[in-house]
Amino acid sequence: MTQVAEKTSSFLTALERRPQGGPRWLEDLRSRGAAKFTALGIPTVRDEEWRFTNAAPLAAIEFAPAEPISGAAERLNGFAYTDAPLRLVVVNGRFDTTLSRTKGLPSGIHAGSLATALKENPDVVQRYFGQLADFTTRSFTALNTAFVQDGAFVHVPEGAIFEEPIHVIFVSGADASTTMSHPRTLIVAGAGAQARIIESYIGAAGATYFTNAVSEVFVGDNAGVDHYKVQQESLDAFHIGSLHVHTSRSSRFSSHSFALGGKWVRNDATALLDGEGGDCTLNGLYLADRERLIDNHTTIDHAKPHNGSHEVYKGILGGTSRAVFNGKIIVRQDAQKTDAKQTNRALLLSDEASINTKPQLEIFADDVKCTHGAAIGQLDDEAIFYLRARGLTYADARDMLIHAFAAQVLDGVQVEPLRVALEITLFDQLAKDLAEVDGAAASGARKS
Amino acid sequence: MLDIRNLQVKADDKEILKGIDLHVNAGEVHAIMGPNGSGKSTLARALSGHPEYVVTGGQILFEGKDLLEMDPDTRAREGVFMAFQYPVEIAGVNNAYFLKAALNAKRKHHGQTELDAMEFMQLVNEKSALLDIDKSMLSRAVNEGFSGGEKKRNEIFQMALLEPKLAVLDETDSGLDIDALKLVADGVNAMRSPERAFVVVTHYQRLLNYIVPDFVHVLSGGRIVKSGGKELAHELEAKGYSWIDAA
Repeated sequence: MTQVAEKTSSFLTALERRPQGGPRWLEDLRSRGAAKFTALGIPTVRDEEWRFTNAAPLAAIEFAPAEPISGAAERLNGFAYTDAPLRLVVVNGRFDTTLSRTKGLPSGIHAGSLATALKENPDVVQRYFGQLADFTTRSFTALNTAFVQDGAFVHVPEGAIFEEPIHVIFVSGADASTTMSHPRTLIVAGAGAQARIIESYIGAAGATYFTNAVSEVFVGDNAGVDHYKVQQESLDAFHIGSLHVHTSRSSRFSSHSFALGGKWVRNDATALLDGEGGDCTLNGLYLADRERLIDNHTTIDHAKPHNGSHEVYKGILGGTSRAVFNGKIIVRQDAQKTDAKQTNRALLLSDEASINTKPQLEIFADDVKCTHGAAIGQLDDEAIFYLRARGLTYADARDMLIHAFAAQVLDGVQVEPLRVALEITLFDQLAKDLAEVDGAAASGARKS
Repeated sequence: MLDIRNLQVKADDKEILKGIDLHVNAGEVHAIMGPNGSGKSTLARALSGHPEYVVTGGQILFEGKDLLEMDPDTRAREGVFMAFQYPVEIAGVNNAYFLKAALNAKRKHHGQTELDAMEFMQLVNEKSALLDIDKSMLSRAVNEGFSGGEKKRNEIFQMALLEPKLAVLDETDSGLDIDALKLVADGVNAMRSPERAFVVVTHYQRLLNYIVPDFVHVLSGGRIVKSGGKELAHELEAKGYSWIDAA
């Protein structure tokens, strides 16, 4: 116990200065979050959910709660699709009215500050907030809950079809000290509603900070939500993000998660398919180089019959980077006629890069279709030779195959300007990584 | 055009070719025949520069240049084309995109301007009409989900677009029914010209009814044991390969 207390001391100190105010239920929730985090501490590798991801580097740094920062407008520059016509900008966990653009919103659709919604839409917020983001076993969700203050709130009411993407941009970081923020997102789509939401996490290059985000998405009966997460944190940042989704009868939910930044990254995506006849897609693409770590844990919980779920996670790893993929699919006794498919692939560009991958199927129904497959490896030598035999250089052949590998996830992005921006960002970053690989190979060749 | 001198090749640490001499002039079609394991495909793959086939001795000159000094991609850009026995399926890479990149890599190599999308499509239309090829193949991923016949036709289509000086067909007839075989042969025949040479590797004489060679060479035990005109192929068909081995 002393060890836990020691490791979490800076967080415990911060907890004493956690936000106050708001409705009574929220005060209670924060207190329970604080108590739970204090009891759980920071997970160790003895915890099954953290077996391959050591949180010690995070615990070793003293993070102070982030203060508001000024002049944040230029901090949006250079990140994917930050020029979206509809955007909610949250800086260090606080909604920034000046940077946000909500003019094009039709009446009835709410998109804005969570703190404001607590005052103006107290019923909706209280009904949904915290219902999915269970923190009884999750330390960092407990920590986030203890710090709830502001973030983004999107409510698309019953029957409203809204196709224009709403881009929620979380800006993190400070000019000097190492800071942490705990942004929170609540998305509610009523029955028959339709919405597209992008969550981006960004920070200034080279800044060391900790973003600990929690998002909850409720998809009503026959509603559809397309969700995108674009993580472009500083390459020295720590990022923990958990997405919690609840679907209902005949609802459709799709998530595309792009993890391009961060030094130490943990994503948890959990979908509870809680109505009959729905469809859920969880896709992800991550890029790691240097000594970075990217951990994706996903859970698709089939609680009701006739749900389809599709999952494709792909990673491209260079340098001495590490990745973890844990894909859990639960099919409850009730969930007959489940059709679940999971694919996990990783491309290792260097001999020192590695991944720990684990599919986890827990099936309690007897009339279901569940498939999973994992493929980890290098590029296919025969494919490279085939392309070279037609005149493409080795580098061009390799790049073509890597782009094709990423395209399967990128092509699922329905928001055209976002997809284009992601392609450019991803391929630029890859070009740099590959130049490094080529440089290392060339110097290796000289040595030998 | 192609001058192979005393070529020795190892694969899997096993000596396969034990001294091949072959001289091919522009405009000629040479058929390489032989029983399984004689080294026919090894010869084709060594010409294309496949990394698993290690040349341990001898020389290959292509238009007077040392082919063995060139990377596989340089060979291709210089004008050597190999139609694969087993074309590789490449998921996610669009066929047209790939072909345009390959063609432009070659054009750049020869100091020609690269084709834009319009010019490329024009060329595609021209070539697909010439070869009677269904263009829908172009919008699919390279060879992915193609039938055996489609894969081989795609190889011939690539050859038509890239217009090589020397085309090496590595058992292009294997696994094809007679209709598909005829289509492939028609494609090759349409491309025959006084400036272009073909090396056709095949196990069966059947293909040579449609692609009529100028010379036939029989490979056995890693050596050319017999050379002759097109009538040699018929003789092999009638008597089988054991006749050669016995001789």
